[in-house]
Amino acid sequence: MRATTLPLAVTAYTVTSALGLGQEAHLDALAQQRSGLRPNDFSSAPLACWIGRVDGVEAIALPAPFAQWDCRNNRLAWLGLNQDQFLHDVRTARERYGAHRVALLLGTSTASIAATEEGYRRLDGGRFPHDLHRTAIHTPHSLTAFVAAALDIGGPCLTISTACSSSAKVFASAERLIRMDVVDAAIVGGVDSLCESTLFGFNALELVSGEPCRPFDAQRRGISIGEAAGFALLERTDACPDAPLRLLGCGESSDAHHMSTPDPQGVGAEIALRDALDRAGLNVSQVDYINLHGTASQKNDAMEAALVARLFPARTRVSSTKGLTGHTLGAAGIVEAVITLLALREGFVPGNAGVLHADPACSAHFAWHNEPRPLKVASSHSFGFGGNNACLVFAHADASAHP
Amino acid sequence: MNALHVRVEGIGLWSPQLANFDALRQLLGGEKTEAPDPRPHAGALSPNERRRAPQSVLVAIEAASQAMTMSGRAADSVACVFASGYGDQVTTDYMCQVLARAPTELSPTRFHNSVHNASAGYWTIATACRAPSSATCGGNASFGASLLEAAALACADHRAVMLVCSDTAGVGPLGELIGCTRALGCALVLAPGTSKGMPLRLCTTTSPPRHASLPSDCMTWMGDNPSAACLPLLAMLARGEGECVLAVSERLALHVQMEMMT
Repeated sequence: MRATTLPLAVTAYTVTSALGLGQEAHLDALAQQRSGLRPNDFSSAPLACWIGRVDGVEAIALPAPFAQWDCRNNRLAWLGLNQDQFLHDVRTARERYGAHRVALLLGTSTASIAATEEGYRRLDGGRFPHDLHRTAIHTPHSLTAFVAAALDIGGPCLTISTACSSSAKVFASAERLIRMDVVDAAIVGGVDSLCESTLFGFNALELVSGEPCRPFDAQRRGISIGEAAGFALLERTDACPDAPLRLLGCGESSDAHHMSTPDPQGVGAEIALRDALDRAGLNVSQVDYINLHGTASQKNDAMEAALVARLFPARTRVSSTKGLTGHTLGAAGIVEAVITLLALREGFVPGNAGVLHADPACSAHFAWHNEPRPLKVASSHSFGFGGNNACLVFAHADASAHP
Repeated sequence: MNALHVRVEGIGLWSPQLANFDALRQLLGGEKTEAPDPRPHAGALSPNERRRAPQSVLVAIEAASQAMTMSGRAADSVACVFASGYGDQVTTDYMCQVLARAPTELSPTRFHNSVHNASAGYWTIATACRAPSSATCGGNASFGASLLEAAALACADHRAVMLVCSDTAGVGPLGELIGCTRALGCALVLAPGTSKGMPLRLCTTTSPPRHASLPSDCMTWMGDNPSAACLPLLAMLARGEGECVLAVSERLALHVQMEMMT
């Protein structure tokens, strides 16, 4: 039996990253191709690299009832939730369906590990210092538990942590819960904040660039790590017939290749993207734009450029936007899903920022600069450590006819 | 909601006290059980990977290997969900110790072992599985929340799904704070619309969690390890009948009933 994705209305969405707070800041930065990367001013020990840091996270205060969850990651989550009327839209959905009929599915790779790191830097007699002696922030579920409390969610709450595909896979889980009538709506998204584990961890793997990352450049030297928070609200199309944008397909697969490098043949990546298109009832020629994973690591970009050249007709436009935002890891899926939705809504292809000399392996599909162009169908790729792949397909409501 | 119906085709269990699901049956029957080797065999891994893998991965893969063998299915086509309440606390403790002292000395291998989906990565690589794999967490409700995720995947996509839920004992300041003091991993191979295996009906409920009485050892383990929340369901499967209510989140639970065998 062929599995299909239930088309869902994307009725609210928001993103906060180094490019700014909310949709308008992102549209503005995309229009100007203005990068949010800056020299590393975050880590407690020096590391010569560039980062995508969100301004003002330190000054955010969580409402008093949520004090046990206070940490950088949850402050960033709260900052993100307060953009684009997202809290209002969630409240409306909760009132419409009932708190138990709304699910919360969030992706993160490191949750609030930065607070655990800080605790180890400030140990007090071998124990966490008093202000960080709070179990709520030293677990992978810290983000989802906080957001569930802040949004008064009564339905299923799950953290998905599959490294850099985390906040793309949440769309697939949400779609299944709605299709199986476990819930009527789902809040999906993800938050990852800067921390030493990922900065020095990726540095140990020799994957961190000393300069701003340059996805698909011939001389790319690795990733620039960023932080971000993003959220979306998914509902049934018959409940929201006027919603202009839809999620049409979610594809998932595993590489079965290596813990920290992608399969150079891209077999797993191709399975995920074909899965997404099959479920959407679309073929490759109907994809107008792909927001690529494009991390600026040697191996990901080589694999992905070959995948595009091998599978898509010349009319499909592709780009990575990580040169602007940095690689936001567990939040990359939702950041790029929102950028894809903005591109669909506004009718433009975002340019592949940061490139000086394009890798000769890149085909004519690549949009090196912004291109005004009406888009009907656009997809987003997310590939993570452990060979974990997810692809999402979005479309205008009028382009979402199933065969 | 409409209830989800799945069959349990395979069951795996490992803790320092229980070598497998049969050992739990013996414990429930009042028999004496024999403690397994302290380092799980994790049969699916190659000798090289077994050496490199941390304890958290060995416990998860051991439970997964048992369940997959019992199911008789080919692992390469079974989707999988690897859940854990706390992830690999030993690796997190190592990372935080090194980051506090000499961050540039971080081991690249221990960093890639630190991701929450390390067990899913090791498993899919070892079994050449290109099916979807996930890594989940639901705090103390990790087992129930991930059982719902796995059952929804099985029913929505009409495919077999393996759920693995495991936690290991913490160490250092993090271990002291969290208080997960023993290892336990379980695995279930779930399939919809098949005729073999034990049939379960799952439905969300706002009722508080409840289960039939369990031996005092099981109750102790449930206090020591979030993944031991699987024990009420595993005991039900061992008895071949019954029902239980498992936490899915702070406010939602899953009512699991054994259906009549057909």
